[in-house]
Amino acid sequence: MPSLPSMSSENNSLRLVSRATHLKEIALKNLFLVCAFVAVAGVLLIFGFVGFRGWPAFAEVGPWSFLAGTEWSPTDGVYGILPLIWGTVVVMLGALVIGTPLAVGTAVFLSEIATPRVRGIVRPAVELLAGIPSVIYGFFGLIILRPIIANFTDGLGFGAVTAWFILAIMIVPTIATLSEDALRSIPPGIREASYAMGATTWQTIYKVLVPAAKIGIIDAIILGMGRAIGETMAVLMVVGNAPVFPESIAAPIATLTTQIVMDMPYAAGMHRTALFGMAIVLFLASMGLVALVRLISRFQTSIEAGR
Amino acid sequence: MNKNTANAIALTLLWISAIVTVAVLGTVIIYVFVNGIAQLSPEFIFTWPEGVAAEGGIWPTIVSTLYVTALAMIIVTPIAILAAVYLAEYAVQGRLVSTIRFAADSLASVPSIVMGLFGLALFVEAAGIGFSMLSAALALSFLMLPIVMRTTEEAIRSVPKYIRWGSYGLGATKWQVVSRSVLPASMPRIVTGIILATGRAVGETAVVIYTMGQAINLPITPFDSGRPMTVHLYLLAMEGINLPAAYGTALLLMIMILAFNLGARYFLRRNRKV
Repeated sequence: MPSLPSMSSENNSLRLVSRATHLKEIALKNLFLVCAFVAVAGVLLIFGFVGFRGWPAFAEVGPWSFLAGTEWSPTDGVYGILPLIWGTVVVMLGALVIGTPLAVGTAVFLSEIATPRVRGIVRPAVELLAGIPSVIYGFFGLIILRPIIANFTDGLGFGAVTAWFILAIMIVPTIATLSEDALRSIPPGIREASYAMGATTWQTIYKVLVPAAKIGIIDAIILGMGRAIGETMAVLMVVGNAPVFPESIAAPIATLTTQIVMDMPYAAGMHRTALFGMAIVLFLASMGLVALVRLISRFQTSIEAGR
Repeated sequence: MNKNTANAIALTLLWISAIVTVAVLGTVIIYVFVNGIAQLSPEFIFTWPEGVAAEGGIWPTIVSTLYVTALAMIIVTPIAILAAVYLAEYAVQGRLVSTIRFAADSLASVPSIVMGLFGLALFVEAAGIGFSMLSAALALSFLMLPIVMRTTEEAIRSVPKYIRWGSYGLGATKWQVVSRSVLPASMPRIVTGIILATGRAVGETAVVIYTMGQAINLPITPFDSGRPMTVHLYLLAMEGINLPAAYGTALLLMIMILAFNLGARYFLRRNRKV
């Protein structure tokens, strides 16, 4: 009689069923594993294909003159993306400065102050804000916000400032929902202890709750940062798209994402390769931020375990 | 400062931040609605754009958007649900699971323009599918995968343990437990996740612009190219040639997104009561 090796070791409970059923169970389990691995395959494929197309930009232009070159002038064969990286950083930081207080404030409001009724209005609103397509934000920014900004500055309103406000709105849902989760995961006993000591709501919030949810809020801000770096259409429609170091915050600039969209229709040869090279930079930056969040939470777990 | 004064000021500021958030949403929605409503008519929805200024309707772009979204949904749903079943029911916590989770988180944070270039390099060029509904749907499905995976996994985990024990007690195998007890019990939340991910796909621009093409075309087979509503809106807005049509497109897009989001919400609430 042939032995049944796979049955003996793997799962004792399955001995009770027929061999056909057992094999079906094993096959299904492996099918699910394959499906789960599609996510891993996706990341590897993205890295592989975008990397393969963009690698010559690092190899032939030289990593240093590509990443730190101060001039982006594809018609002259000069591929320095520092102005674009600078544009990305400027736009992201401004959006964070405006968006973070609004988002964290909304999160604290939702978890600590809002009555269930008010929460039932604000929370769906925050979620809807995340659902609105970026091209509509861009359209809104182009038609409404840009003329307003133009009144206050001496340009046409195309520039970092306009992008700050639009992006700030767009990162609010990311930061607010994640921060709220962090605040809600604090045990109620901690709040009660604080109130029992005679603390006001605000004292409880800033002395007890925000410090307790600190890591979660930082994670939320980092992920909001990722969102701001990767945002394309909304920024594209309001920044003015000039790949230079801006003279003022209201002057036209370009970011990595917007320059890819602007140049893609006509780019060829090394120019096109350089655009893929910029996509690798964006990909690595966004993955780096996700890895940073994981590192922070692992760090926190180990501190708590050591306590 | 008195602690009660400080409290009052701080709480006012928190109220203001919440009000600002809601007000911004309201402003964007009302603005698009007010400007687009005059444009909405059966002619606008069901006729083709004509001439350099894209006068007339936007019918081919609506079809392209719905086509690619449906295709992406069909591709991503089985994979994402089975992947989530693995993570929630089968996987032993360890390096393998944390690798998969890290990959899913990374996939969720990939900038959409990078996803677009990836779709261009792999599906359009290397695989030779060309600018088509299929290329765009495949690229979009990578975008939707982590969203559906996450919501499905949470849905499966929220099914109480005793439901599983009951099934096992009756002699069910693992797959029988999953397929007959756990998945039906978590179905409302899974469907909600799929609807939300589909809403994301409808509003996506940078991914589809490089995988579907930009030519106005009514797609019939998955290998046809087209121009989705988002790209149409982008081109109209940037060229500034036909703002009324841009407003109309924006409003239709907004209505579709709102329908997806509110539909998901309604669906979840209705099923929770049962």
